Amino acid sequence: MKIRWQVTWSRGRLVALGAVVAVLLGTTVVWVSGGDPTTRPLRVEEGFVEVPAAPGSAERVSLETSLFLPERTPAPAVLLAHGFGGDKHSVDTDARELAEAGFVVQTYSARGFGRSTGKIGLNAPDAEVADARALVDRLAARPDVVLDGPGDPRIAVSGASYGGSLSLLLAGTDRRVDALVPVITYNDLAQGLLPNAVSEREVDGTTPAPGGFAPGGVFKSSWGGFLYSMGLDPEVSPEDELRPVAAQRDTDLGSVCGRFTDEVCRAWTEVATTGTMGEETLRLLSTLSPASVTSAVTAPTLLVQGEQDTLFGLDHADANARQITAAGGEVQVVWFAGGHDGAYPDEGLRGRIVDWLRFRLLREGENPFGAFEYDVQGGITPEGTPSARTVRTDSYPGLHHGSTRREQLRLSGDEQVVITPPGGLPAAISGMPALNGRLGQTSWMASLFSMDLPGQQATFTSGPVDAQLLAAGAATVRLRVSAVGPPGDGVLFLKVYDKDPNGTRTLPGNAVAPVRLPPLPADGSPVEVDVALAGIVRPFENGHELQLSVATTDQTYRTPTTPAAYRVSLAGPVEVPVVPAVPLGSALPVAQLAGIGAVLAAVALLAVVARVRRRHGRDVDPDLVDTPLVIDRLTKAYTSGVTAVDGLSFRVERGQVLGLLGPNGAGKTTTLRMLMGLITPTGGTIRVFGSLVTPGAAVLSRIGSFVESAGFLPHLSGVENLRAYWAATGRPADEAHLDEALEIAGLGDAAHRLVKTYSQGMRQRLAIAQAMLGLPDLLVLDEPANGLDPPQIHAMRDVLRRYAAAGRTVLVSSHLLAEVEQTATHVVVVHHGHVIAAGTVDEIASAGGAASFAVDRPGLAATALAAVPGVTDVDVDGGEVHAVLNGVPCGDAVAALVGAGVSVERAGPRRRLEDAFLQLVGEGS
Amino acid sequence: MSEVQDIDAVPGYRSSRTLRLGVELRRQLRRRRTKLLLGMVVVLPVVLVIAFGMGEEPDPDRRGGTFADLAVVSAPNFVVFGFFVAGSFLLPLVVAVLFGETVAGEASWSSLKYLLSIPVPRLRLLRQKALAAGALSALALVLFPATALLVGVIWYGVGDATSPTGDAVPFGTSVVAMAITTAYVVVQLSWIAGFTLFLSVSLDAPLGAVGGGVLAVVLSQILDSITALGGVRDYLPTHHAFDWIDVFSTTVDWTDMANGALLSLGYTALFGALAAWRFARKDITS
Repeated sequence: MKIRWQVTWSRGRLVALGAVVAVLLGTTVVWVSGGDPTTRPLRVEEGFVEVPAAPGSAERVSLETSLFLPERTPAPAVLLAHGFGGDKHSVDTDARELAEAGFVVQTYSARGFGRSTGKIGLNAPDAEVADARALVDRLAARPDVVLDGPGDPRIAVSGASYGGSLSLLLAGTDRRVDALVPVITYNDLAQGLLPNAVSEREVDGTTPAPGGFAPGGVFKSSWGGFLYSMGLDPEVSPEDELRPVAAQRDTDLGSVCGRFTDEVCRAWTEVATTGTMGEETLRLLSTLSPASVTSAVTAPTLLVQGEQDTLFGLDHADANARQITAAGGEVQVVWFAGGHDGAYPDEGLRGRIVDWLRFRLLREGENPFGAFEYDVQGGITPEGTPSARTVRTDSYPGLHHGSTRREQLRLSGDEQVVITPPGGLPAAISGMPALNGRLGQTSWMASLFSMDLPGQQATFTSGPVDAQLLAAGAATVRLRVSAVGPPGDGVLFLKVYDKDPNGTRTLPGNAVAPVRLPPLPADGSPVEVDVALAGIVRPFENGHELQLSVATTDQTYRTPTTPAAYRVSLAGPVEVPVVPAVPLGSALPVAQLAGIGAVLAAVALLAVVARVRRRHGRDVDPDLVDTPLVIDRLTKAYTSGVTAVDGLSFRVERGQVLGLLGPNGAGKTTTLRMLMGLITPTGGTIRVFGSLVTPGAAVLSRIGSFVESAGFLPHLSGVENLRAYWAATGRPADEAHLDEALEIAGLGDAAHRLVKTYSQGMRQRLAIAQAMLGLPDLLVLDEPANGLDPPQIHAMRDVLRRYAAAGRTVLVSSHLLAEVEQTATHVVVVHHGHVIAAGTVDEIASAGGAASFAVDRPGLAATALAAVPGVTDVDVDGGEVHAVLNGVPCGDAVAALVGAGVSVERAGPRRRLEDAFLQLVGEGS
Repeated sequence: MSEVQDIDAVPGYRSSRTLRLGVELRRQLRRRRTKLLLGMVVVLPVVLVIAFGMGEEPDPDRRGGTFADLAVVSAPNFVVFGFFVAGSFLLPLVVAVLFGETVAGEASWSSLKYLLSIPVPRLRLLRQKALAAGALSALALVLFPATALLVGVIWYGVGDATSPTGDAVPFGTSVVAMAITTAYVVVQLSWIAGFTLFLSVSLDAPLGAVGGGVLAVVLSQILDSITALGGVRDYLPTHHAFDWIDVFSTTVDWTDMANGALLSLGYTALFGALAAWRFARKDITS
């Protein structure tokens, strides 16, 4: 028993393990084989292209390039430019995705980056932009690129940040460009580095994210330094010092210029040292800015801008959109939850951009973007990652018609005085450039990098909003400022906070709008300015407050060092842009619902198939409907090679008490289990009242059984167990004959105790009682005498005899001869899985009327018996004499013996069964 | 199941009346284990409330910082938090226990053979057992948020469901969201039901079946935390376990929940079919 359990368990454990591994790791295998990037090899041609260092110049610059070729050519081309500080390999992923979508993709390292030679000119028209044009020329000459006309390839240009600016500058100067996707890029480089959110006239609020774009901005020093460091050589060569450059300030700049061109270096030096721009620098940056050419961009443009971007905010995309639309170009705008502070467009967005390019260049599919869509950051998931939803509207407000709806929020807050500390120290912290996205994921980290200083900020707060206010774009506000004492530099930093009911403030997008005020009158009279705050997308939830902070310092910027004090108040409401849009992903997931339906339908189908198969499973032999049990050549062979039952055949008639006799391991229990439909035979049939026994066959209801061990719910009492069992049969309660069964069990009051307190014998009796519930036509008992004491065994025999006498049938198995002899009317002897002998107990016990006599003088007795007429086959066996009486009454034989002077100790039928059985047992042991 | 085949049977026997749901539920409900499991899901919210009460006053600067800090804001938040802490282990365990014991439990008592000899047709027995375990699981999964909501209302009061970023859902709507969440959790955890049912049929030891189910949950969670696995994680049965969070927002995106429901039902159907296939052919030796 113990061993069997352990064997089952270990096999079961294997099954369990196998299933777990199959499910959880099987998919991994699929993924590993499916996700292998080498399964679809792309042809990549790498090389260098020589271009003139300047128009008409003999000097050459060498650009390293990669050309990704799709499976099928000719195909339209995409020129992919990298971001600042990167090289051609930075865009390998994008290039592969595009090439796999069927485009010829040209990537390259811009001048001064990667292994390309030349100096960084920040997308100078005659340098980097001319290089891009040369690459387009080369693509036009290739046979594997689709042409729109001679020398005019069908081409799109895309890139992020620095590359995005190149795409605009190229599209504005080269009409061959058929579509462009500038990502997180700028409109005006001067405003990108030295923004000024102030506007002396009222801000044009028709579009959602207007910028102030006023001259004389505040230097975004942290970002500036970050970018400058990317243009430096890892090691400074001492040779540089030998080549002095004529610098604006007569300073030798050679060693500090890195790979920047001289004019860029000069401009940088001026900005970094003074925080301002001279005429020359402004002129330079203006030629380097897309704003200089956007009026000439006519190709369809997809502007992708980040909502987490303190470098180039939403106002730059807004300006690009306005200028290109004014020039007649077709513009679509996407604000995504990322940017220079957050993430690069994710796989989903990149995939849609590829679809957009297919739509534009191949005329395939539908336009995957609306006129305007933006991401709204939603709740943080339990995993801690922010969730975003995308909403779409069919026009970018203010581009063609209409204007942006602006919610007016009146903020409370009196006039407050703020000071600029001497040296600009300490300075408020609004975030960490380039890291804000990551820091923002954990609020305590964000709180470390967010600090406003007392005395340096004035705050103005709205009341709690009574419904979600979804700000999308740049809010505007009119500010009144006057100087207290000397006017100072007139620099302020405006931020919009989301303040929750607990008082926790969040700075959406870490966005700061720097303001350089017009000169303030020294007499303390106020100046009013309109300010376009930084563009954000932020749902101000029900009960939250919008708080405007006007601060004098910010570490991200070059904070003025001259001490000053200002009186600050609001001259009007804050106007928050609202762009009604519908969620993109809110469409019902039809495919998944269909899948769920399909799964349910498949399950229903399986159920129907199972039911139909069951219904057709009936098999009745009409000749045997009155025979309780017929077993025919029954075989059970296990895969392990053991044959437990081997061609067993016997039959039980009505009214019989049949004893199934055999030593342990003869196959009795296996036979009974097959009879109950618990084990499927490997051969032969069992018919009960003519019906073939299969698992769950209805005819089993005519059998009451007790096989091998009792099975009860330990937490119920004996009576409750019998009731629960009968309830499970679903048959009427009055058919159970529960009281009779209980009487047979003879448990007395113990019947009301929990079964787990029972002894082995009590369980045994209860199990027999359970088998008799409903008085089944065929009662099957496996070793019923086990665990019973002699009086109980005796009582059991009476019960079984009476049971059979009522026309029912009993099948009892036992390994004890005496048990079977005394209980059964018929016997089947089983050994090694087959029948050895079968018949009535008398037939087998005293086959042919043989009798045995135990006598004191066997020789004399034999003679006396042989003399009795009719008696034959007299045989002496030790102290016993056997003889076949042939109808002579046993009493006459005894009288003859006594008459011959033999003392008879005992007389009775000869025990042949015992001989046979002992022989079997001996063989078996 | 049909009347036709029952002509072989004794009068009064109908296979369609064997082991009726009420009978099976009564068999299970009287077990101490069932009462213990149901008691546990009722007691857990109370324990959580007491645990929160014993902690120090939350630091105002850090308030709203973690999911746990949000739990004490309002009753709906408390329910959401409860689902979050119980969702990874306790609720799967409840389902695993109830389903793991279905067949293996009877086998370990040796009572399975007597049920099958009644006879309760094998597939019917499996179905009735699964339905009863399913009903008890659903009861536990409903009792848990119901108690949490009750306890939450008493301790923290009626209020909006707020997320860490301040996405606020009014109380009335959040009750609907909680109902949807409960329904989703029931569907989502069904894969464990299917899987442990399969184990329960394959093993004769109920502990093995329950343990195997819990092992699968833990293994799936571990694999799910390995981001390097990328897209394959979408097919892990526990991947969508917490996607019900989508329902607590102003505009509900059903995509992830539908994915989770489809995936779970797929696994449930697969393992359920395997369980039925195996049980119909198995030799009962216990």
